[in-house]
Amino acid sequence: MSETILSLNHLHKQFGALQATNDVSLELQTGEIHALIGPNGAGKSTLIGQIAGNIRPDKGSVYLSGTEITGMSIAQRARLGLGRSFQVSSLAEPLSVMRNVMMGVQALQSHSFRFWKPVAQDQQLLEPAVEALERMQLSHRAWTPVCELSHGERRQVEVACALALKPRALLLDEPMAGLGPEGSAKLTELLEALKLEVPILLIEHDMDAVFRLADRISVLVSGSVIAHGDSQTIRQDPRVRDAYLGDADA
Amino acid sequence: MTNNTPLTNNTGLSKSAAPGVANSGLATQPDNHFDRKGLVQIVLLGLLFLVPVAAYFLGHIYYVNLASRITIIAMAAVGLNLAIGYGGMVSFGHAAYFGLGGYVAGISAYHAFNFTPFMTWPVNVPGSDSMLVVWLVAILVCALLALAIGAISLRTTGVYFIMITLAFAQMIYYFANSWPTYGGEDGLPIYLRNGLPGLDTNNALTYFLICFFGLVLAMAITSRLMKSRFGAALTMARLNDVRLATAGISPYPIRLVAFVISAVITGLAGALYADLNGFVSPTMLSWHFSGELMVIVILGGVGRLYGPLAGAVLFVMMETLLGGMTQYWQLFLGLVLLGVVLFAKHGVMGWLAGRERNE
Repeated sequence: MSETILSLNHLHKQFGALQATNDVSLELQTGEIHALIGPNGAGKSTLIGQIAGNIRPDKGSVYLSGTEITGMSIAQRARLGLGRSFQVSSLAEPLSVMRNVMMGVQALQSHSFRFWKPVAQDQQLLEPAVEALERMQLSHRAWTPVCELSHGERRQVEVACALALKPRALLLDEPMAGLGPEGSAKLTELLEALKLEVPILLIEHDMDAVFRLADRISVLVSGSVIAHGDSQTIRQDPRVRDAYLGDADA
Repeated sequence: MTNNTPLTNNTGLSKSAAPGVANSGLATQPDNHFDRKGLVQIVLLGLLFLVPVAAYFLGHIYYVNLASRITIIAMAAVGLNLAIGYGGMVSFGHAAYFGLGGYVAGISAYHAFNFTPFMTWPVNVPGSDSMLVVWLVAILVCALLALAIGAISLRTTGVYFIMITLAFAQMIYYFANSWPTYGGEDGLPIYLRNGLPGLDTNNALTYFLICFFGLVLAMAITSRLMKSRFGAALTMARLNDVRLATAGISPYPIRLVAFVISAVITGLAGALYADLNGFVSPTMLSWHFSGELMVIVILGGVGRLYGPLAGAVLFVMMETLLGGMTQYWQLFLGLVLLGVVLFAKHGVMGWLAGRERNE
């Protein structure tokens, strides 16, 4: 049976008069992709911030595999197994893909206060990093500096960095953003294969990808989850069509 | 990646592009841009070593001491380069550690010379005229001070970090200036240079060799450090600290430890400097010196292993040669700095040895 990996319980966050997150509860279970959609300004970024650790909720709690992480730092959450990617690629551009991915492996294998042994010869670091890259079909680019990669490849590196942490849950913030149809299709395929090992909380604007990938969808509008269910349910929910899908493609 | 472009790094990381890289002996491949960069480095270090040795045997002690001065300033800049160049922490207060190292040497020698204890309570601490003791104490004192200053300063970034490090250094400067016990603003003479067992430290060449050894050691440690896991984390903290945190490593302790190591290297250089001059004064602690160190790091090439050495050679030579001709030599220094910043962003080393590619 599936078990709950990540759970948000009654999160609240207010900025001045704006209720950015209003009593949001979500669950992410093993083997699934749970998509979070919502129009601009719905409070998606604020919610992600509260899961990832750069925003503290006013009320409510976040649990990862049964451990409360509400008050933990970004790094602590990552070490506990929360991998994330960013809406706008956040990589060290002058460094090789490998060096970016190795960081997560290094964090996993104890502290970084090792001053002597060169990382270049450290198979303990290299092998898991290569493995993560292979999963994203990027091992041929391992030694290329990130600044020479295409936009699509960077998105894949982002996911590979998260995978290097051997995460229990992945938090992907618009991984398809800026990708053409081809890149989008490729990443969709990779993520589909991935979800059996790591459950994914997917924040995405690309509706085709969402409807293809997501086992469950939650719709966020004005800080609240207004609908929740599988893609069929969401497509037909009149409130969702009204608030978000509009006349588009539903 | 071809052999004649200085594009490859020297960590051996970007050498192998084969997919099965983890299993191949990727670190065993030779460094394939030894040619230009390696040559510049060997020439630089070789000249710094050979010129004073030759000068000594030709009887020009002045030039031996000048080389010692260059070496020590270079070592202090190696320390600062670790913070600025490798860690991205623009410290405008490294004179604090340089001066503190100097005062450790001065105060220790003062008490040893006068046979008075440094303190009697709670334990009796005598002075010492041994460099080994002086260095050890300088390391401890500078590390503690940097830990305290760094712990507070590193909670800020950018301009605030620059200002707060400056403020701490100025506090120490004014304290030394107004504390009469050790000479206040007049400074403190060291009548007898501290000693090392088995060596005549009063011999100019011997003393130069001690300084040279210190510089080479500081550079070797920096180089090794930056290739380690710690260095990888520090590099990532400089380039993208959000990525580092997302990978599960908190940037703050990594930066703090780098800041402390940086301060200790600069502090040891300060101890050597005081013994070289036989004198320590608040000038060593002043913000002018912090600025000079920064100028040296920028001149030489920020984040380049040999940058501080190249910068120190250039700076001290200009100060000595042009300073002998005109008291307005800093006008020319300003022009050179302007030229470097505008036309050679990677400093003298970048200009001589080519751009360095980040791993």
